[in-house]
Amino acid sequence: MHALLTGPFFYGSFGICVIGMIVRFYQYFNGLSWQLDRVAYKQYPAMGFRGAVRSIYKWLIPYGTYGWRSQPVMTAAFFGFHIAVVCLPLFLLGHNVFLKEKFGFSLFTITTPVADFLTWMALVSLAFLILRRLILPEVRIMTDKKDWGVLILSLAPLVTGLLTRYQIGDYLFWLNAHILTGELVLVAIPFTKLSHVFLFFASRAQLGMDFGIKRGGLKGSKMAW
Amino acid sequence: MPEGSLCNKKPVDTAEGVTTLLADKSGKTYYEEMKSLDVDSDLLWKTIQNTCKSRMRTWLEICAHCGMCADSCFLYLANKKDPKQVPAYKIQSTLGEIIKKKGKVDNAFMLHAMEVAWAQCTCCNRCGTYCPHGIDTGIMFGYLRGLLYQQGFTPWEMKIGAGMHRVYNAQMDISSEDYIDTFEWMIEENEDEWPGLAVEVDKKNADIMYTVNAREAKHYPEDLAEAAILFHVAGENWTIPARGWEQSSLAMFAGDWAACKMQVDCVYDAMERLEPKRMVGTECGHAHRATVVEGPYWAGRKSGRPPVESIHYIEWLAEALRTGKLKIDPAKRIKEPVTLQDSCNYVRNHGLKKIAREIISYIVEPGYFIEMCPNKEHNFCCGGGGGFNGIGYFRKQRNVGLKIKRDQIIATGAKLVIAPCHNCWDAIRDLEEEFDIGIKWSFLKPLIVKMLIVPDHLKPKEEDE
Ligand code: SF4
Ligand code: SF4
Ligand code: SF4
Repeated sequence: MHALLTGPFFYGSFGICVIGMIVRFYQYFNGLSWQLDRVAYKQYPAMGFRGAVRSIYKWLIPYGTYGWRSQPVMTAAFFGFHIAVVCLPLFLLGHNVFLKEKFGFSLFTITTPVADFLTWMALVSLAFLILRRLILPEVRIMTDKKDWGVLILSLAPLVTGLLTRYQIGDYLFWLNAHILTGELVLVAIPFTKLSHVFLFFASRAQLGMDFGIKRGGLKGSKMAW
Repeated sequence: MPEGSLCNKKPVDTAEGVTTLLADKSGKTYYEEMKSLDVDSDLLWKTIQNTCKSRMRTWLEICAHCGMCADSCFLYLANKKDPKQVPAYKIQSTLGEIIKKKGKVDNAFMLHAMEVAWAQCTCCNRCGTYCPHGIDTGIMFGYLRGLLYQQGFTPWEMKIGAGMHRVYNAQMDISSEDYIDTFEWMIEENEDEWPGLAVEVDKKNADIMYTVNAREAKHYPEDLAEAAILFHVAGENWTIPARGWEQSSLAMFAGDWAACKMQVDCVYDAMERLEPKRMVGTECGHAHRATVVEGPYWAGRKSGRPPVESIHYIEWLAEALRTGKLKIDPAKRIKEPVTLQDSCNYVRNHGLKKIAREIISYIVEPGYFIEMCPNKEHNFCCGGGGGFNGIGYFRKQRNVGLKIKRDQIIATGAKLVIAPCHNCWDAIRDLEEEFDIGIKWSFLKPLIVKMLIVPDHLKPKEEDE
């Protein structure tokens, strides 16, 4: 079982994720239409690029935009969760040992206390996001099964990871569960709302180009994101 | 009854058609007929497949249902935070559903979608700047309006407005002759006070080709006079086209894209015919958006630009004041608390915030100008944008929507609101009527005309000289 999960399943899910992302990225930009979207993308590449970069990086900075500043608590939870779930899979020591073994290279790694902190931060933030979804009427009204599915899917590797980490119960069982749920997330990325992990950049870039080229960018006015 | 005699899928494109629709008071029969109008699901789905591409599909797909956009929408706030007014909910439950059901929706659904598209969104695009994913719900509502219009589910006034553009190339039934007559009449009326005041029609190679909002000719002709006076005092070489003088576009509010194209083509033709250096449009937000910002795309212009450089009235005004073509008498500057309404259409959606404030710096005594909160790109819609002002059927909803602007104005303590946009001007007039908060409101032109230092040679000659 373990061999299967760390062998073919791993390569398979990783491949599906990467190829899926590439295909969807391609489809996104290929589907942009200057006339339907009413943005002269190709005419003003420099302004478009500047607008796109600005719109992405402003939103990547915690409290970097009016939008973030207008909801401080949500923003803290949002970044708490997202920083952790980006850093953990990439920089965890265990993951990098595995990576080295599979692909022959590894990335920068974080120490165990940092990893623990990040994991708990992710869980607390996620708990907040879940509560928010349950309580706030303006969020509840839109919440559907898919939203819960995505939440549970992203919660699973975190919980199983922690159980493995603290060696609660059957270590190998939780380790396998952790690997499996992690691989499920990889596979789900291109096909579900989790696609936002990369389509976020596409969508933000588009709106940035829109404002940079058409809605004021060429008038020398940056959009105050 | 699938297709009504008044409410149907066919746009109005004859003068008789417009008259017949207008004769149906408040659209009583029209809305009655709408209740049994069929949905052409195949057409709906085909249109979506052809026009709803990756940008909008991705918006609908990745929306996290997080509700971060809720507080950004003035209609959500004005309606006591009704969750049904959250931008993402509004669009997901209308356009999102239509797509999910592949166009197989019924009459009741479309009636509801029409209300959401025209009475729960003014396409002000504010929510788009507050969504982490960059999802611009206002744009999607513009698109949804197009789908609804194609199916005949459009408010009565919108159908008439789009029809007017198709028949008269203007949002109202004003022919070229009427327009020129009105303009010339206004010149005559003011000649005594402004000797030498004149308007040349269809002059080639002028520095400025001036375009207007048809309501100026129909209801506020003094606006035409003021424009002429300011060009005259500034010594501009300007002209008005006999055809292609209308800058506004109710067709845009209606979602009648073919009529939008007809309308801007007509203005661009005038530019190509008269070859002016620049076009200057009047103090209107949506007219600028239609002709300068969106128009080039409807017309199929790859550059995304009109044939000649086209600017908003406040851009011309700021330039004239900056360069000294127009001079303000410091003694006549505004000396009462005054605020400014930033129009979404050219501030949020065309970046003219600084220009607007530059004008303020020339005409308001320091210390008297108070910003609204929020302001500039973050300003709230006046409450009547996107055609909302003009739709009788949704008047109640519109009046609720005005509350946010009312409170913003009250909070400034201003007694005068400068509103360089026809729609905003209307909404602010209506909110004063509705809530009686004791304010005045004005375009820039009448204010400036009263404050000018008029060079001696432009003053009327003394009687007995
Ligand atoms: S539109 Fe944006 S802000 Fe609104 S719910 Fe969707 S993702 Fe959140
Ligand atoms: S575009 Fe404006 S009115 Fe429409 S949903 Fe967004 S914020 Fe509300
Ligand atoms: S009327 Fe004015 S404030 Fe309202 S949407 Fe139009 S431009 Fe914006």
